Amino acid sequence: MTTTAEVPVAPPLAASAPAGVRVEAVERTYRTRRGTVAALRGLTLGVAANEIVAVVGPSGCGKSTLLELVCALQAPDAGRVEAGPAVYMPQRDLLLPWASALDNAALPLRVHGASRAEARDRARPAFAAFGLAGFEAARPAELSGGMRQRVAFLRTLLAGKPVLALDEPFASLDAITRAEMQAWLAGALLREPRTVLFVTHDVEEAVVLADRVAVLSPRPGRVLAELPVPLPRPRSRTDGAVVTLRERAMRALQGGTL
Amino acid sequence: MGAALLALALLIGWELYADLGGIDQFLLPAPSDVAASLWTDRGLLWDNFTVTAGEVLLGIAVSLAAGVVLAVAIHLSRTMRRATYPLLVASQTIPIVIVAPLLVAWLGYDLAPKLAIVGLICFFPVVVTTLDGLAGVDPDLRKLMRTLDASRLQTLRHVEAPAALPALLSGAKIAVTVAVIGAVLAEQAGSSDGLGHLILQSIPQFETARSWAAVVVLAAFAIVLFGALALAERRLVPWAHRSEGDIA
Repeated sequence: MTTTAEVPVAPPLAASAPAGVRVEAVERTYRTRRGTVAALRGLTLGVAANEIVAVVGPSGCGKSTLLELVCALQAPDAGRVEAGPAVYMPQRDLLLPWASALDNAALPLRVHGASRAEARDRARPAFAAFGLAGFEAARPAELSGGMRQRVAFLRTLLAGKPVLALDEPFASLDAITRAEMQAWLAGALLREPRTVLFVTHDVEEAVVLADRVAVLSPRPGRVLAELPVPLPRPRSRTDGAVVTLRERAMRALQGGTL
Repeated sequence: MGAALLALALLIGWELYADLGGIDQFLLPAPSDVAASLWTDRGLLWDNFTVTAGEVLLGIAVSLAAGVVLAVAIHLSRTMRRATYPLLVASQTIPIVIVAPLLVAWLGYDLAPKLAIVGLICFFPVVVTTLDGLAGVDPDLRKLMRTLDASRLQTLRHVEAPAALPALLSGAKIAVTVAVIGAVLAEQAGSSDGLGHLILQSIPQFETARSWAAVVVLAAFAIVLFGALALAERRLVPWAHRSEGDIA
């Protein structure tokens, strides 16, 4: 399997002007049959334009709610969410099983009014750059998990939006593929800078990929701590500095101090 | 293979029972009598078969078209769902056997009451399975489509409609098997031709073997229709028959 390192030069994919994300004192409560559940309480978080911020937290801390707020898929009960146009990338790749890899990647272009041929022509050049050359016509079932994730990420990029909201993008991959995909994503984002807010329960993944790690409290979620990750890229999970930051994030996650 | 052997054994049993059991041929003809009738009455059977087949195929086409349109309308509109779904379910509680003669009395002896009865039977499985298919799309995929700025209709076109195709074909498979029954029922309620009519007519004429031959033709027709749809399924929705992620 090819990884990341060889990244052929390709024209950058069109995206609208960089934009950041500002979430301020947001409250979000769900009403269920058994009463109300506060998902987020007083959550404040900013992501600068083209910055990569990872959100880690215990399960059920409202991470997904946060992403949906940023994508305007739901509205906060209180507080403010200001975000540039954002595209949501769900946890599983959710490629359309009847469509080829190329048509899957080109879906956003189709939705924006391009003809089938036009959409394919615009998506095709990116395939080589994403290590997918030769697999344009493959159906998702014929692709490995890592390749499917790459097609899904390419689809996300081709939406042309400045903000990416990634919901545990690699949670469904095996450990080896996952490490490869993390390195790959880091490379892809160097080439195609975007404002990225991604949630993960993997602290190490957060430190390897992000410019900043925000640690969320258990529900109702709020930001317990923010750790800048001022390390050069590419980063390795075994770098001393990465390990140190990972431990600090773990302590914060466990309710300790930084 | 096993099915063929079992069928053969049953046929032999039936033949022996009819031949050796002293059963009057007018009451229960042996398979060999039925086979003979299939051959000698082939002209009569064929003429009546084309009538019945026409009713069945047209009835299925109408049910599929109307079923898909209604399913999409119900899927897109809450109001449509509230207004039509209870009626749709209620329509299935109507005992077709009882209303068939009434429909014939109203609509006459020609094609109309047959289409109405076949439609009434076939429509429901098509609507219900298609609705399930449309609604079965992963909620996360809907969210993704929304953040891609897809309109309701674009999501329908690019995601929900293809996703519902396997379910629609399943509904169609149920529909074709009951469509044949519906057409025969309609013919027996009042008709001057068709295999249903032929079956009824042959009994008082002591041509029981011919009635059985008509039944064989009807069953074969239903099986062929079912097989054609199974084939269409494999061609049109190959992804639905592959378990996920089995090819690395």
